[in-house]
Amino acid sequence: MAGEGVKLLGYWASPFALRVRSALKLKGIEYEYQEEDLGNKSPLLLQGNPVYKKVPVLLHKGKSISESLVILEYIDEVWKHNPLLPEDPYERARSRFWAKFVDEKCVPALVGVITKVGEELEKSAREAREHLKTLESGLDGKRCFGGTKIGFADVAIAWIAYWVRMEQEAFKIQLIDQQNMPLLAAWIDYVLEDPVMKEFMPPYDKLVKHTRDLREKLTAVVSN
Amino acid sequence: MQSQRVWLLGFWASPFVQRVKWALKLKGVEYEYIEEDLFDKSSLLLKLNPVQKLVPVLVHNRKPISESILILEYIDEVWKQNPLLPHDPYERAQARFWAKFAEEKVRESTWDALCSRGEEREKAVKSSIEALEKFEEELKLKGTKFFGGETIGFVDLVAGFISYQLPVFEEVGSMKILDSSKFPATFDWIYNFLNHPVIKDDLPAKDLMFDYYAKRSKEISDEKDSCRNA
Repeated sequence: MAGEGVKLLGYWASPFALRVRSALKLKGIEYEYQEEDLGNKSPLLLQGNPVYKKVPVLLHKGKSISESLVILEYIDEVWKHNPLLPEDPYERARSRFWAKFVDEKCVPALVGVITKVGEELEKSAREAREHLKTLESGLDGKRCFGGTKIGFADVAIAWIAYWVRMEQEAFKIQLIDQQNMPLLAAWIDYVLEDPVMKEFMPPYDKLVKHTRDLREKLTAVVSN
Repeated sequence: MQSQRVWLLGFWASPFVQRVKWALKLKGVEYEYIEEDLFDKSSLLLKLNPVQKLVPVLVHNRKPISESILILEYIDEVWKQNPLLPHDPYERAQARFWAKFAEEKVRESTWDALCSRGEEREKAVKSSIEALEKFEEELKLKGTKFFGGETIGFVDLVAGFISYQLPVFEEVGSMKILDSSKFPATFDWIYNFLNHPVIKDDLPAKDLMFDYYAKRSKEISDEKDSCRNA
């Protein structure tokens, strides 16, 4: 489906850009993708998101939209087929709630696992586990956050499936296990097998290396 | 609890609760208000918002909705009169963007400034001013009475704390954040906002806010200092 000049500015390792790519794919919207060099941001990015200067930025009909969850809502409102959000206002609120919960609670804890050492690292891992356990309650016994099929919250949260597995392997820590979080573990398997969700997941080994390098750089700064 | 009735669990000083009260009033929605003691939370609150254990919680059709900005979206979707969000998707995206900005960049840094000391406070004051400069720029660009245009909207409600709570924070912390000479558009907006009929009769008392935030500021700063020195 022609997207009337849709362009997405993204970065291969950004989970926020990943969300938008998955949403555009689910809707079957054609678009041009521009990979940004975050160390040398394009004028298009700086103009498109002057407030934060971050990816993702969606360009459509000469206008720019930033903030991944805001972009997801925009996409859902402009292209109304294959809706991401449910119709019922209460269910919509619930979908938005879990997407927000992940950004506000899980992201800082998962970032902490990358950037901290020693006791602080242990604390971040503990927090990550707690928040992931809470996240599991959002599934409400269902297969995915959208109910029987992938929806707004799944698209917003899917990257966690990948990142958690990656951090567990890269840093040899336990974040999710089959026994403690069986439903979330099952959701992770489901999401990682979905052809649309996994299409834009960054290459695993590349992401592991990228994260290990980032950690080395950031923890060296801290210890100096 | 009858299903059609609307209940709001709140706390008198909370800017998050205030947003929801304004929204319900703008829409002419009748509701019952339950005041929570945030330092001795009721079993009702813990049951209705087990994840965050915070106010506000809106209960409608026996279902609880939490997170003030999400509650505003819910209210706008259920009661369609006097819309809070614009109609056009791009304009809606802009409103959501600026509401998020007002909450995450402006409000959080002003709260950090209130609840810290010394260098940490200076840093937070600087962040608050930088965030408010972007807000000011956007208001100037829009050139309208409110963020929502000629009528109050989504961003105005979320950013509303700037008008009545920030001055109290400044007084408590003896901080200068909103300088009228540097923020003329913001000051005009504050004037319009505070004089809106829905807003002006529904604000917590200034002296009560001062006492409450003076106490909280000291408690939180003390706690931070003792964590550091532990």
